[in-house]
Amino acid sequence: MRRFILIAVPYLWLVALFLVPFLIVLKISLSDIALSIPPYTPQLDWTAGWAGFKDFLGQLDFENFTFLTQDPLYWRAYVSSLQIALISTVLTLLVGYPIAYAMAQAPDEWRPTLLLLVILPFWTSFLIRVYSWIGILSNEGFLNQFLLWTGVISTPLTILNTNTAVYVDIVYTYLPFMILPIYSALEKMDGSLLEAAEDLGCSRLSAFWLVTIPLSKAGIVAGCFLVFIPALGEFVIPSLLGGSDTLMIGKVLWEEFFSNRDWPVASAVAVILLLILVVPIVLFQRNEQKQREMDQ
Amino acid sequence: MRRFSWFNATSLTVGFAFLYLPMLILIIYSFNESRLVTVWAGFSTQWYGSLLQNQSFLDAAWVTIQVAIASSTIATVLGTMAAYVLVRGGRFMGRTVFSGMVYAPLVMPEVITGLSLLLLFIGIGLDRGIFTVVLAHTTFSMCFVSVVVSSRLVSFDQSLEEAALDLGCSPFDAFRLVTLPIIAPAVISGWLLAFTLSLDDLVIASFTAGPSATTLPIRIFSAVRMGVSPEINALSTIMIAIVTVGVVTASIVSKRSSLAQQRDEQAAARAT
Amino acid sequence: MAQTVFAPWDDPQAKPLIQFKNVTKRFGDFTAIENLTQDIYEREFFSLLGPSGCGKTTLMRMLAGFENVTEGQILIAGQDMAHVPPNKRAVNMMFQSYALFPHLSVWENIAFGLKREGKPKDEIAARVEEMLRLTRLVKFAKRKPHQISGGQRQRVALARSLAKAPKLLLLDEPLGALDKKLRQDTQFELMDIQEKTGTTFVIVTHDQEEAMTVSSRVAVMDEGRIIQVATPAQIYEAPNSVYVADFIGDVNIINGVATKAEDGYLITWAEGQAPFMAKTPNLFADGQTCHLAIRPEKVAISAERPADAVNAVEGQIIDIAYLGNISTYHVKLVNGQMIKAQAANTRRLSRRTFTWEDRVWLSWTDTAAVVLER
Repeated sequence: MRRFILIAVPYLWLVALFLVPFLIVLKISLSDIALSIPPYTPQLDWTAGWAGFKDFLGQLDFENFTFLTQDPLYWRAYVSSLQIALISTVLTLLVGYPIAYAMAQAPDEWRPTLLLLVILPFWTSFLIRVYSWIGILSNEGFLNQFLLWTGVISTPLTILNTNTAVYVDIVYTYLPFMILPIYSALEKMDGSLLEAAEDLGCSRLSAFWLVTIPLSKAGIVAGCFLVFIPALGEFVIPSLLGGSDTLMIGKVLWEEFFSNRDWPVASAVAVILLLILVVPIVLFQRNEQKQREMDQ
Repeated sequence: MRRFSWFNATSLTVGFAFLYLPMLILIIYSFNESRLVTVWAGFSTQWYGSLLQNQSFLDAAWVTIQVAIASSTIATVLGTMAAYVLVRGGRFMGRTVFSGMVYAPLVMPEVITGLSLLLLFIGIGLDRGIFTVVLAHTTFSMCFVSVVVSSRLVSFDQSLEEAALDLGCSPFDAFRLVTLPIIAPAVISGWLLAFTLSLDDLVIASFTAGPSATTLPIRIFSAVRMGVSPEINALSTIMIAIVTVGVVTASIVSKRSSLAQQRDEQAAARAT
Repeated sequence: MAQTVFAPWDDPQAKPLIQFKNVTKRFGDFTAIENLTQDIYEREFFSLLGPSGCGKTTLMRMLAGFENVTEGQILIAGQDMAHVPPNKRAVNMMFQSYALFPHLSVWENIAFGLKREGKPKDEIAARVEEMLRLTRLVKFAKRKPHQISGGQRQRVALARSLAKAPKLLLLDEPLGALDKKLRQDTQFELMDIQEKTGTTFVIVTHDQEEAMTVSSRVAVMDEGRIIQVATPAQIYEAPNSVYVADFIGDVNIINGVATKAEDGYLITWAEGQAPFMAKTPNLFADGQTCHLAIRPEKVAISAERPADAVNAVEGQIIDIAYLGNISTYHVKLVNGQMIKAQAANTRRLSRRTFTWEDRVWLSWTDTAAVVLER
């Protein structure tokens, strides 16, 4: 009996506050916009009974989805989001791997401090960290001032409100998510494997390429997923640092909802974003499962 | 064989500089007398003063703290239950669905979670306010608590629970008297994580708060949309300071206790 | 000095404390325990002995209540344990890993089970003190598990499991983590405590020396079945199968064919060689395959053929294992089979009689060996 309650309480909570909302999103994506409160139709009239339900179903349509495919804005936003997320993930990997590697090579006494230094930004407010780049990347910002002062450039670079700013900031914000899994994979690696490789004739570089990288693959994959998946649906970063031509689907969804007040279309956008995400999410879960089995 | 080469040293320095420079700049400029980022007009704490007198910020901060405490506490209870069920519960009907629901928020874009919850609240006619934000935050923090607690439970020695049962505890008592005290650090970390996530959340709060409950992130966001504001710099500095003190203290405390433990074990091994 | 021999299993009036009745345990496709029936009596020190995977731990966990039977019944003091959870049984267990609660002191660990019974505080304190004295842990009462050594932790685990004075105490490989010297001392301590408290002990072990030292009876298990249950002496001297003979101590197995003789059986073991003579209570048909099992210490080794030996065979010393107090000679017979003969080193090394490659004679009496069917 006790066991039943233990399972039931979180289960019901999640069904009510997680599953049901998704079904509602699905339903609304099939509805039409209306000047009512709430601003969509049809509404399910509980009192009308079965006939009311059938009537309700009849009014649902895929109009919103066809609208999405017709308007090139949405299509481009999806593609652009994928592109930005992908490039940012690669950049984060390129920046994060050397840091994780250096941490794994560092003397033992330093490691806890280094870990602390990596985790500290993670606990600091996400919003603040994004905001801090506004002051740096703007035309009168710190970066431009510095470059002008050293004479590298003569006119300020426009970085803020472009895609470049978005790339920089995604890398900055998600860096800890990339470093930690890679570090943990590298730390578990047996150093004598590298010695064996060199003993058998590898140069240091090829030992790195042939031994270290494959063994840290699990960490690399985990890190990439942890960056790519959330980056795809990012809103705050493109909103604060991106320009009006920075198309990301998170931003589109927000604007569709708050500015245009078109809830059905916003819902349709959400449904498609979810469908796009299903593939990487499933792959991520599979990878985690394999990792757990291997560790056992 | 560890080679801490020149390359490694550079990576670390550059890497950490990259991570910390923006925050340092923020902190420095919060003391800038001038409103502009470009000109350093002298050291001043005036922005801290005006911040603390700004009622809208203070109200938002109060709302945020209430929401954070409430949601993280409920999320910790639910998340710990979910973790226990998933690690020890064995097979039960709908386990895959349950597991999927628990871990989905880890990777779900916040815009989607926020949108879906708002539509739910509207659909059932629930007025938006602090309560709805608490519900929303609890739901998505729960999964993070679950991850932390379940990873601790997996490595927890089950024979301790069996010993408790063997000595006469009911299953619930065994959990309360043996398991919980031992996994307490993980549960506390889970609470802290949920607390931080709630404190920091912008997107979901925007969707579910409605006009009556403005949280601090919402307030900050509307301020910074228009550019840099020195009061925000001051606020950021305060928040960074609080987090730094918290994290550093926690790490010192845990290091001290693990050192003490090690010393005890060594002493015991020597003196049989 | 006449001693009453403790053997309730021979007494038809005695009622067993534990009864396994046709117990089968399956985990999915895998059968861990196969149709097992066994009685265990009060005040026994009963060992379950066998290799890893033979089912001994599963059997113990079923007694404790952590596993259910798939088929059959387990009765403790006449009561069917089918729906009785572990916390409601008068059984306590000492875990292999000790399972001491790391967040409680030694005192609190021992008091844990007593507190669950809701006894008054001073009764609990008195009992805990008694346990601390019994296991010589009085000085360590306030310490936490990580502040004491491995041997001390083992004593805490024992004290904790005895605190509630259970009818039955289960010990899962209790001495495995201790070094040899400590193990021997603790074995005698365990026997002492068992006699003093009058508790029935059931111990699971893979260490046959341990089983032989402490037990009133040993159950040798293999693949979910009990092969033989007997006193240590009987198990050693009268094993019922090659498996048991081989599992306990060292043994020579000679395969042959039995023929009835006047006073026993003649075992033909090799072409052209004189058959061995053996007396045995087992019955064999003429021409039946059988196995002659003889312990190395019962095989005498000599340079010449002993005049009045019933069984004697010639061989060559291939190897000598010098173990300080005894030497084991590995002797090869004409048919290629190796026989081990053990002799005490009554003389010093330099005066050793035998050396490698010597031709020697091995001999034994007609009652020294056991003839086994399987």
